[in-house]
Amino acid sequence: MGRYILKRLLMLLPVLLGVSLISFSLLHMVPGDPAIILAGEQADEEFIKAVRKEYGLDQPLYVQYFQFISHVAQGDFGVSIRNREPVIKLLKERFLFTVQLSFLSILIAGFIGLIAGVISSTKQYSLFDNLSMVGALFGISMPIFWLGLLLMLVFSVQLRWFPSGGKGTLVHLILPAIALGAASSAVIARMTRASMLEVIRQDYIRTARANGLREFIVIYKHALKNAMIPVITVFGLEFGYMLGGAVLTETVFSLPGVGRLMIEGIFQRDYPVVQGSMLLVATTFVVVNLLTDIAYAFFDPRIRYE
Amino acid sequence: MSEGKEIKTSQMSEVWRRLRRNRAAIVGGIIVLLFVLIAIFAPLISPYPPNEGDLAKRLNPPSQEHLLGTDPLGRDLLSRVIYGARISLQIQIVSVSIALVIGTLLGILGGYYGGKFDHLIMRLMDILLAFPGIFLAISIIAVLGTGLTNLMLAAGIYSVPQFARIVRGSVLTLKEKEFIEAARAVGESDFNITFRYLLPNSMAPIIIQTTLRMATVLLTASGLSFLGLGVQPPTAEWGAMLSNARAYLVTAPHVATVPGLAIMLVVMGFNLFGDGLRDSLDPRLRD
Repeated sequence: MGRYILKRLLMLLPVLLGVSLISFSLLHMVPGDPAIILAGEQADEEFIKAVRKEYGLDQPLYVQYFQFISHVAQGDFGVSIRNREPVIKLLKERFLFTVQLSFLSILIAGFIGLIAGVISSTKQYSLFDNLSMVGALFGISMPIFWLGLLLMLVFSVQLRWFPSGGKGTLVHLILPAIALGAASSAVIARMTRASMLEVIRQDYIRTARANGLREFIVIYKHALKNAMIPVITVFGLEFGYMLGGAVLTETVFSLPGVGRLMIEGIFQRDYPVVQGSMLLVATTFVVVNLLTDIAYAFFDPRIRYE
Repeated sequence: MSEGKEIKTSQMSEVWRRLRRNRAAIVGGIIVLLFVLIAIFAPLISPYPPNEGDLAKRLNPPSQEHLLGTDPLGRDLLSRVIYGARISLQIQIVSVSIALVIGTLLGILGGYYGGKFDHLIMRLMDILLAFPGIFLAISIIAVLGTGLTNLMLAAGIYSVPQFARIVRGSVLTLKEKEFIEAARAVGESDFNITFRYLLPNSMAPIIIQTTLRMATVLLTASGLSFLGLGVQPPTAEWGAMLSNARAYLVTAPHVATVPGLAIMLVVMGFNLFGDGLRDSLDPRLRD
């Protein structure tokens, strides 16, 4: 297991380097002089010169890249062009919020997806199975932002059960979390159903039944445990994707997450903020994927030997 | 008819037979066909010009005059949704084509040549896949800027890794087969082997991926336009229309309902049809 983890960690390095290279390139690929972009278009010549020196923009590109990496490694993502605050401070607040939202979403998605998937598999082609699979089809086909608007319209505007935006309590997060988690619950339900159906057909399940075990024990003790292995991967991946999808939910519900921060950064040409958001979200996604792979290898030792 | 052609025809008819028996796939296919027809014949079937409005009729609910009502500028929603189909189809075709061509080339070359070249391509794909979902497209837009062309490029690049991985996987399996060994033994060039033997035999996963990706690209592109990063007003694009409708959610909910429903239906159509194609082209994948 230790060797597997080490191997996966080593594979992570080029990906993280690539991600950092893309984030670094952002400032140099957008049209215009990076020093003027960082200083602001109204800045005078003196200030632009100072910024050029401070950020090392007068150095060759590879030197700038290494400086960028070493600053990032120390938690220094630069200073926001708009409000002159350290980017790391903005990221900390916003990122925590996005993680909370994604976490609640995956909980909701997992709860709904697992229950629907297990029941569907035990009652294949029943009314429940058909309805939940149609529901899953809607889940993966509905745009997050539209579902968010519809939830807001029904539950905030008409029924007044939930607030339509803002932050502070768990109640503020419920509608956005449902909107963000709908597609994932569909994916988890489909995956659980498929995985359960495969496991249920195995000989050891037939043996368990033949031994007279109760159906509840057969399904929830013997089948579900093994069927869960591939579903773990989906959980990890879906949580990661939520970090990306959160940008849409945060926009619909006007929530202060990192996705929204990045969009604001793009509109305000606040590139240090955009770079920081890109780096942080991509790195988190990569780490979540790594943890998922490790969990998968832990639960299914065959993976380690492939 | 030569034997090879006969086998191909019988395979095609078998796929068609299986597809026809799949009701969900037929429903999906009909939705996709309708969507394409609406996009092509938009100028003929649209009751009003999409960008001309009458402010006196702003935010009107559905009526006989305006079947789906009007938007905040008094423009006919039905006409805008019809013209929106054109923009959506254009984005889907261009973006998926970009991904299809680049991804297939990378996948086929990486899979066939293997070694360091394959390693390099796959690490590049891993880097692109390090940005979760729509975040990659947003990052590309951050570099390229907003607008329809950049949106199509972003949605295209966003889909390259999926094609590259699927084609590479298929090529890795195929290149161990006897017919490829035989082609090598008779001295066929690498170009012939990759494009005359490997590519045609990888068509099933490519077709399935193309269909399913049409759905993902529509969701991504409309999401980007919703965020203000894609197609800009006054162009009738479904995501941008939804973004515009947010402010009128309470007073005129129909304005947000119509474009959202259009996106969902088309995405659903491509998903159903893609799933059906997968089951028909490769029945082993059916659960």
